[in-house]
Amino acid sequence: MNTICIILILSCLFILGSSRPRVAIRVVAIQGIFLGMLPIVRSLHSLSLAILILAFSGILFKGIVLPLLMQTVVKQTGIQRETDPIVPFSASILIGVVLLGLSVWISTQMSLPERVSLLNTVSAMFLILVGLFLMITRRKALMQTLAYLVMENGVYALGVSISLDFPLIVELGILLDVFVGVFIMGNMLFHLDREFQHTDVDRFTELVETNKLNESGEVKP
Amino acid sequence: MTLLLILILMPFITGIIVYFIKNNPARRLIWLLVAIAHVILTIKAAYFTQYLLAEQWIGMDSLSALFLSLTSFLFFLVTIYGIGYVSREPAEQRPDSETGGLLHNAPESVFTGSMLIFLASMTLAILSRHLGLQWVAIETTTLASAPLIYYHQNRRSLEAAWKYLILCSVGIAIALMGIFFIGLSLPQGVHDITLLDLLQNAGKLNHKWLELAFVLMLVGYGTKMGLAPMHNWLPDAHSEAPSPVSALLSGALLNCAFLGILRIQQVFYAAGIASFGQDLLLLFGLISIGTAAIFLLGQTDYKRMLAYSSVEHMGILTLGMGIGGLGVFGSLLQMINHSIVKVILFLTAGNIHSKFHTKNASDVKGLSKVMPVTAGLWFVGFLAIVGSPPFGIFVSEFTILRAAILKHLWVAAILFSLFLVIAFIGITNVILPMIFGPAKMRRRRETFVTLISAIILAVLALNMGLWIPGWLDEVIRRAAVLLEGGMN
Repeated sequence: MNTICIILILSCLFILGSSRPRVAIRVVAIQGIFLGMLPIVRSLHSLSLAILILAFSGILFKGIVLPLLMQTVVKQTGIQRETDPIVPFSASILIGVVLLGLSVWISTQMSLPERVSLLNTVSAMFLILVGLFLMITRRKALMQTLAYLVMENGVYALGVSISLDFPLIVELGILLDVFVGVFIMGNMLFHLDREFQHTDVDRFTELVETNKLNESGEVKP
Repeated sequence: MTLLLILILMPFITGIIVYFIKNNPARRLIWLLVAIAHVILTIKAAYFTQYLLAEQWIGMDSLSALFLSLTSFLFFLVTIYGIGYVSREPAEQRPDSETGGLLHNAPESVFTGSMLIFLASMTLAILSRHLGLQWVAIETTTLASAPLIYYHQNRRSLEAAWKYLILCSVGIAIALMGIFFIGLSLPQGVHDITLLDLLQNAGKLNHKWLELAFVLMLVGYGTKMGLAPMHNWLPDAHSEAPSPVSALLSGALLNCAFLGILRIQQVFYAAGIASFGQDLLLLFGLISIGTAAIFLLGQTDYKRMLAYSSVEHMGILTLGMGIGGLGVFGSLLQMINHSIVKVILFLTAGNIHSKFHTKNASDVKGLSKVMPVTAGLWFVGFLAIVGSPPFGIFVSEFTILRAAILKHLWVAAILFSLFLVIAFIGITNVILPMIFGPAKMRRRRETFVTLISAIILAVLALNMGLWIPGWLDEVIRRAAVLLEGGMN
């Protein structure tokens, strides 16, 4: 179980430093597979059918189907590598280390109950923070989709670490929502690419607030 | 129970079926029939069936009865308008009046299908009594409405939908963290977080985790509800979506996210720590009203103006909940009034847009001469939304103000009135010049189908101000009691 958590943490650091979308997608796929194994490993002694179904559908969706879908999007739209992120890649990795420290600090401060594994919580928090960080600092819409997936993986890992027994239908519902969400994002990437001829989120500037006050300079934005 | 399942599954399954139907009239007929059936079944489930407390995952109580009636009724009226809307939209590519590029609508089957699945997910969000299930439903509303927002598939709507999808998904993921923390607050022996479990064990819940969960859920669902400072997506999505979709987003979807916050507040009342939640709600409410009021001043786009007005009113709902007591009643009343009036305004805005082909308010002149009935509805909607006396919003805003004064929350009361005045100035400056002034165009024939929904709602809005029907008053009162720790 600890091994899986460490792999999750390492995969995040890897994504932070990768500029090629294909590599990043592959790393997220690996992350999805290990994440899917997490609930099995956690309750190895009290394995039930529900946990198995959940784990396998998790691996199937997050580890196989979604990455394949994203690879298709990359192939068809010809999305280039992230050349000029808002925070450079080397600095991103450094910030990643800081975020790791932060998530250790948060997890220890939370004074979690005994049954909750600390390392598991740390890795979950780290995934969430890295997801948010990537969301803010990457320009390509595809990287934002990946960032959302990383963050959602983190929330999922947090749920596993707290070991809340949701009914299977709710768990599957959560999984399906994430799947459909990323699916729609992927579909939108096609349209975005066609309309804008690029997918740089910071160059989506059709909808700037046009306020009379701003134009006349009375109120500075 | 079966009835409730039908309410959820009927629109969901037909939503998938219509996706494969090629025949336009048949698809529209199914849409209309589902909307009618949904209203009838909702009335049956909400008012002629005994509520069962023991229901675990989905169930009806007076709070969901109130929300579901409103949502179902508005969906029906928007359907009438929406069928007219899609049949007027040309299928082929055409020049886009706003960006100068080309515009090519998504297939109508996608629009209708998403609309019905949107209804199903809102119904599930309202009826679910398991917080995890409610989360799933609220996230599904985001996914179902995103394709509706980029129906026109032009740059502006794609940008708006992308922002909507990303911001709301992230916000809602944060709410899920909050729901997990509720799981940590459970005492020994309780494993699930149905509303029933939480309310029955309310005294034994761990307050530290509960409070943390509340903050996360307020931020998460608040994003979806459009509370400032997380409201960023709302003006874009609501102004770029087709008008019937904007009407539903403002009139029905925001309420569902509000219900997500209300459910946790209900647990807080039961646990005896309601004041913690109230302080936060009060703060977020005031920030939202203030932010919206400032952005309403000098707004040039009339659909954006309506969107910011939604942020303002969501702030008022939150403020009312934060005040508590009489404010809870006022807040629920305000929710009904706002939904009614905002749907009138968005549907009318759609009529204006289809004639003038611009969202810029200063390009619309002499509405009263070009489209007299639409202008009349636009004016009625204007009077109602700013809270003029004969209309419902006046009553509910006054109730909330009175609640604040009764509780001696002077700062909140003064700021609230001040922001309302600022918002009044902003909205007046946009709407009045549109109605009056010389007309540049010839008078246009207005079709019945584009007007009837707004006319029905305008009568209702007036009615809500003069005399709230007894049964409705009863439902709101029972919902308020339920929220504050009562049963049923």
